[in-house]
Amino acid sequence: MLKEKRAPDIEKTLAKYPSRRSAVMPLLYIAQEEYGYCDDSAIREVAEILGLDPTEVKSIVGFYTMFYEEPTGQYVIDVCDDLPCALRGADEFVSHCERKLGVKAGQTTPDGKFTLRTVMCIAACDRAPVAQVNTEYRYALTPESFDQMIDELRERDGK
Amino acid sequence: MDKHVLLRDLDAPNIRELAVYEANDGYAAWRRALTDMKPEEVVAVVKDSGLRGRGGAGFPAGLKWSFIPRDIFPKYVVVNGDESEAGTFKDHQLLDNNPHQVIEGTALCAYAVQANTAYIYLRGEFLEPSRTLQKAIDEAYAAGLLGRNILGTGYNLDIHIHLGAGAYICGEETALLSSLEGQLGQPRLRPPFPAVQGLYAKPTVINNVETLANVPPIVLNGAQWYRQFGTEKSPGTKIFCVSGRVNKPGNYELPLGQHTIRELIEMAGGTINNRPVKGVLPAGSSAPILPASALDTKLDYESMQAAGSLLGSASFVILDDTVDIVWAARKMVRFFKHESCGKCTPCREGTHWAMNLYDKIISGKGSLHDVDMLAEVANSMAGKCFCLLGEFATSPILSTLKHFRPEYEKWVSESGALAGA
Repeated sequence: MLKEKRAPDIEKTLAKYPSRRSAVMPLLYIAQEEYGYCDDSAIREVAEILGLDPTEVKSIVGFYTMFYEEPTGQYVIDVCDDLPCALRGADEFVSHCERKLGVKAGQTTPDGKFTLRTVMCIAACDRAPVAQVNTEYRYALTPESFDQMIDELRERDGK
Repeated sequence: MDKHVLLRDLDAPNIRELAVYEANDGYAAWRRALTDMKPEEVVAVVKDSGLRGRGGAGFPAGLKWSFIPRDIFPKYVVVNGDESEAGTFKDHQLLDNNPHQVIEGTALCAYAVQANTAYIYLRGEFLEPSRTLQKAIDEAYAAGLLGRNILGTGYNLDIHIHLGAGAYICGEETALLSSLEGQLGQPRLRPPFPAVQGLYAKPTVINNVETLANVPPIVLNGAQWYRQFGTEKSPGTKIFCVSGRVNKPGNYELPLGQHTIRELIEMAGGTINNRPVKGVLPAGSSAPILPASALDTKLDYESMQAAGSLLGSASFVILDDTVDIVWAARKMVRFFKHESCGKCTPCREGTHWAMNLYDKIISGKGSLHDVDMLAEVANSMAGKCFCLLGEFATSPILSTLKHFRPEYEKWVSESGALAGA
């Protein structure tokens, strides 16, 4: 249970706000760190800690793109294909990512390693094409540097 | 401008570290304000400087602060670091490379309105910048610049970071407050304005990251010093984000009103392969596109408005003659369709139908009737939504139709003839 396992983090978070409800997003991030995604039982745990109805917490999960309602790959790769990046080749770059991983954007590789998604502007248009891997920036990507990154991530975990 | 006022990492590398920041006048304004200035004097100098909000709306910051009622407690300062407008990446650089100036500006704002708590709301994708910022906040606490009884003056201030989770709408100030309160990130009706009833229904100042980064040098050097940059109505310097079809995309800090769009593109290395400019989006997807005939427009709030667009967040996306305008407009409409929060029917449905029309036109099945329908959909959204998102969503449609209608007609000329037959 989060309440026990992450007690210090939860206490620290709650102390930041005069209203418990404000902690809903930070607590969902904690739940996601623990479980990988925010399923109904995670949502119920967060709701119980905050004294909210699980339905309310679920609506928050559904509203934002960074809370996952279903399991993802070990690495979530978010590639921006919004206009500023697309003016610097992001559409072609996304096609390359799809070919390299053998999945379409929005899908997860069969080994559960990578989820590829396209996202709206992530505020790094000066270093396009740009992606985030588990929310860490990878700037000025090329097909070659992407392939290298994927190979390294595969190797890192001995697969 | 011999030195940067905001992008000071370009003059003083490692200014993200407290020691380097302090060696470059860092926290000098904060020390002076706390020991030598009354809160209302801080408000007055920011008001006199004419600093306008850098998040997009351009509202005078000092005036905003002066709306905060003196006798209601607690009060809050909320910093808008949701930076999600396509083409905008200035706050990103400030947070990564000059975080103490953002913290000092936040602290000065809090002292000016006598708030004891500030929240810095960063978009969820700014996880790495949030770590840099948190490290700087921790340094400031350790140095006694934040926390309880700061510098022995009896003034207390806590600054907390709050991460969003991927929603453009949360950059709208009332949606941001809702999100921070743990509600859905949807806009609220104004009035009441946040200055009267903001976070937790208490008086709240909301300012953009870049706006607050301007405050320490203003308090340190005075309003007249700040006004040496810029124009009377647009004082100071501004960070211009340049992206798209240029050789050196990046952030360029310039005095407002001194340079033209053409010069800005030259600073950004000119266009790729020296292609002619076709159009410029001065504020990402949210402000009307300007055609190449407007390239000599000066870079300030009033000139951009006179030219038929807006300075907004000054995120200049440059399109050259290789760019298909209908393709670009579709990308922008797709953005708004994705980011519509769903609260208002005209925006939620309008962006959906506009997107369908773009898909139809681009798949070669469109007709002139569809082109006219795009304008009709946009006009059915304009002025009918709760917040500006619905308004912004019409701008790529209507402004590209206004300046580049022949490109739409070209797309539908063959298919249109078939559909009409």
